[in-house]
Amino acid sequence: MKRLLLATSLLAASTGFAAAEGELFLYNWGNYTSPDVVKKFEEKYGVKVTITDFDSNDTALAKVEAGASGFDLVVPSAGFVKVYADKGLIQELDLSKLPNHKNIAPEWMNVEWDQGRKWSIPYQWGSTGVSVNTKDYGGDINTSAIFLDPPAELQGKINVIPEMGDVMALATMYYGGKVCDDSPEVMKKVRDGLLAAKPKWMSMDYSTVEKMGNHDYAATVDWNGSAMRARLKNPDVAYGYPKEGYGLWMDNVVLLKDAKNVENAYLFMDFIMDPENAAGLSAFARYANGIAGSDAFMPEDMKTAPEIVTPAEFKDKGHFVTTCTGKALEYQTAIWTELQK
Amino acid sequence: MAPTLEERTTRDQIRRNWWLSLPALAILTVAAIGPLLVVLVYSFLTPGEYGNVEWKFSTEGWTSVFVTKDIFDETWKLADAHMTIFWRSVKLSLITTGLTLLVGFPTAWFIATREPRAKALWLFLITIPFWTNLLIRTFAINQIIRTEGLLNTGLLKLGIISTPLQITYTDTAVLIGMVYVYLPLMVLPLFASIDRFDMRLLEAGYDLYASRAQVLRRVILPLVKPGIVAGSILVFIPCLGAYVTPRILGGGKLMMIGNFIELQFGQGRNWPLGAAISILLLIIVSIALVFYVRAINGENRDA
Repeated sequence: MKRLLLATSLLAASTGFAAAEGELFLYNWGNYTSPDVVKKFEEKYGVKVTITDFDSNDTALAKVEAGASGFDLVVPSAGFVKVYADKGLIQELDLSKLPNHKNIAPEWMNVEWDQGRKWSIPYQWGSTGVSVNTKDYGGDINTSAIFLDPPAELQGKINVIPEMGDVMALATMYYGGKVCDDSPEVMKKVRDGLLAAKPKWMSMDYSTVEKMGNHDYAATVDWNGSAMRARLKNPDVAYGYPKEGYGLWMDNVVLLKDAKNVENAYLFMDFIMDPENAAGLSAFARYANGIAGSDAFMPEDMKTAPEIVTPAEFKDKGHFVTTCTGKALEYQTAIWTELQK
Repeated sequence: MAPTLEERTTRDQIRRNWWLSLPALAILTVAAIGPLLVVLVYSFLTPGEYGNVEWKFSTEGWTSVFVTKDIFDETWKLADAHMTIFWRSVKLSLITTGLTLLVGFPTAWFIATREPRAKALWLFLITIPFWTNLLIRTFAINQIIRTEGLLNTGLLKLGIISTPLQITYTDTAVLIGMVYVYLPLMVLPLFASIDRFDMRLLEAGYDLYASRAQVLRRVILPLVKPGIVAGSILVFIPCLGAYVTPRILGGGKLMMIGNFIELQFGQGRNWPLGAAISILLLIIVSIALVFYVRAINGENRDA
């Protein structure tokens, strides 16, 4: 009898859970989702969030495109939002379910890849520039010459991130072109410049936070958030905004067409557009978030961080690094292969 | 005449064995040949604009392995970047194989000539590194050889060097890492064949006035050759596809085949080229295996 009672209560409990408990599957870049914000969301709505990591836009797209990924929300970079939409992988957002949509900062509302933010909402954004250890080099660091035409003090101690699009964008702008340039004259200069600079580099590696922090590198091509994390470990590290042009990027949350937990997905999107929660995401990933009013909730050390708050004189030097196609991509891949051969 | 009970049992046994091995055969077919076919088919398709493939036949994946159109003056030329990357991988794998053989042979000889209890202990020590993940072992090596690492700090303290040695991000670092990682794969097969070696043959050799070098060349080497060949193959093949070690210790400045394939499936978005190179790598490995089988067969004929 006792056993029967136990079984019945267990059964009741499990069905009870099923009704109250929901699920949400988020597919995001690794080490990028604040556990605190997720926990807060889970507690508020009783929804269990499962996060899966990816390491590149291409990997994420391939997996989603293969179908039956089981994910509800994905966080692709700017240029990829349109690709997801064109391929019919994501659904147009029902803005009536997103009261916090109005919090999106005006400059992030009508973006080139999504006019009026009908398909995607901002997650985090940042820039790609250079980090330098100021003990090794005291000159101007707001230039891509740091890695393309390096001063003698830095030669042999420079790292370049193995991220084709970002590096190519910096190099193209340094040699007078634009992002995704497909003019042979410019790309020829880019190739020659990169090939000449490469012997002065030490490595092409991702782990910039740790190695700039440890002073294994004297300089590196870097993302602003990584640069800030490195500076917190080592105060000599400074972030430069190349005046010839530096890269900008933004990651955005999109809702998959075959999402199974649509309501929870809306709840989550709305939740992270709340200024306090958006600031929570930033506090973890160390990037800005594109939600108006989140500044008030940002950690103190980020409010004034030179990596996060772009100095006025460099504001118009940033350009979005879109995903190149056609001839431009052909150039990039060929040069990139040549560079690492 | 009706088959005897014994014959029937044998026949049943054979049939049962066949049925029992069917699942394994099915899995082998589906899991080994299936994906390979997909790779082969993909190598003959057109790259999609955002990765993946378009279902349009094309041989460009294959031709671009060997020849490329110059991106600027549109002339066809040999794909020297691909060849350089291939050659680097093969060269590095050959050197690693040679070095592991140089270090592994005396090690295996030492172990094989110990008394049984000590032998077991030494073999156990050789296999210990397998308990740890490859990635972690590679990072551990990195901790030792980096500029402010164990090795440099030690040498500086001892006054042997005055400035730290730059070992990380060089080919030397990659070689140190690869030799360390693949050494057990060389020692174990070598040990197996040296252990079977009849030490009395050594004495016989010396009795017949052979010098030490002659004994090594004419007596020991021919008899332990299967071990050498097996060890070399076991080291050479995974070296060719090495990805993590060159990436971490080499600093990723110079590509190996593995990294190049990854580029095509990732940011390069040229899956057919990546598929074609994967198949080519498979062909190289198969050629190496053919040499192996022939060497072993030759051995059997001699015996």
